[in-house]
Amino acid sequence: MTKLAAATRSVVVEREMPHPPEKIWRALTQGPLVEEWLMKNDFQPVVGHRFNFRAEPMPRWNGVTDCEVLAIEPNKRLSYSWNASGEEAATGPKTVVTWTLTRTQGGTLVRTEQSGFRPEDERFYQGASYGWQRMVGNMEKVVAGLD
Amino acid sequence: MRTAPDVLFKTLADPTRRAIFERLCRDGEQTVWMLTDDSGVSQPAVSKHLGVLKLAGLVRERREGRQTHYRAQPQGLKPLIDWMSLYGAFWRDRFDRLETLLNRMDQ
Repeated sequence: MTKLAAATRSVVVEREMPHPPEKIWRALTQGPLVEEWLMKNDFQPVVGHRFNFRAEPMPRWNGVTDCEVLAIEPNKRLSYSWNASGEEAATGPKTVVTWTLTRTQGGTLVRTEQSGFRPEDERFYQGASYGWQRMVGNMEKVVAGLD
Repeated sequence: MRTAPDVLFKTLADPTRRAIFERLCRDGEQTVWMLTDDSGVSQPAVSKHLGVLKLAGLVRERREGRQTHYRAQPQGLKPLIDWMSLYGAFWRDRFDRLETLLNRMDQ
């Protein structure tokens, strides 16, 4: 009875954008461009490359995400691990973020999936909820979306 | 908003409790004795886990004579779903910023 594995959960966000996949690919894979919309990083589009996303440290969260490039298919698919770092590394969440670009008539369908959340990732939630909510920028919108 | 996920996550962090909840979801209403059979856990331990699940809003009980029947309340998972939408909100916000950048790259 105790052997049942924990189910993991994913977050999926999709949006069609009126831009060609090649251009969106640049925004997803060129470090300085990625920094403009996501976070400071030392990303390189090389499978196996280990890198970090760095946000401002928050109480109980060092702001650093440990990542490794897992898959690259130019203009189509990009996948990297997205893991807790430092003291949180051993017990915190280990997730995978996958970007998929699909050409459409009006531009590109951009899909991101973050998979691998477990129910016991609660500690990370406690530590990161400050950071995530603040980073989301429009905090009121986020909080409204919770209830 | 802060306490509800805390209680739920602590409750579900225990693999035995999770297994009990999953079994109630899968097999429907059960007594403590039915849940204890084959579980490798003592009856008092199962009762204690059921009490925690009940406090978290994941389980409801119904008395019938001397027996208490337990059933799952999957709607108790809502704080977990809310928590997931926080991450959804993070990515949606990043999508907004990505689009702003893409519009600027046009110029």
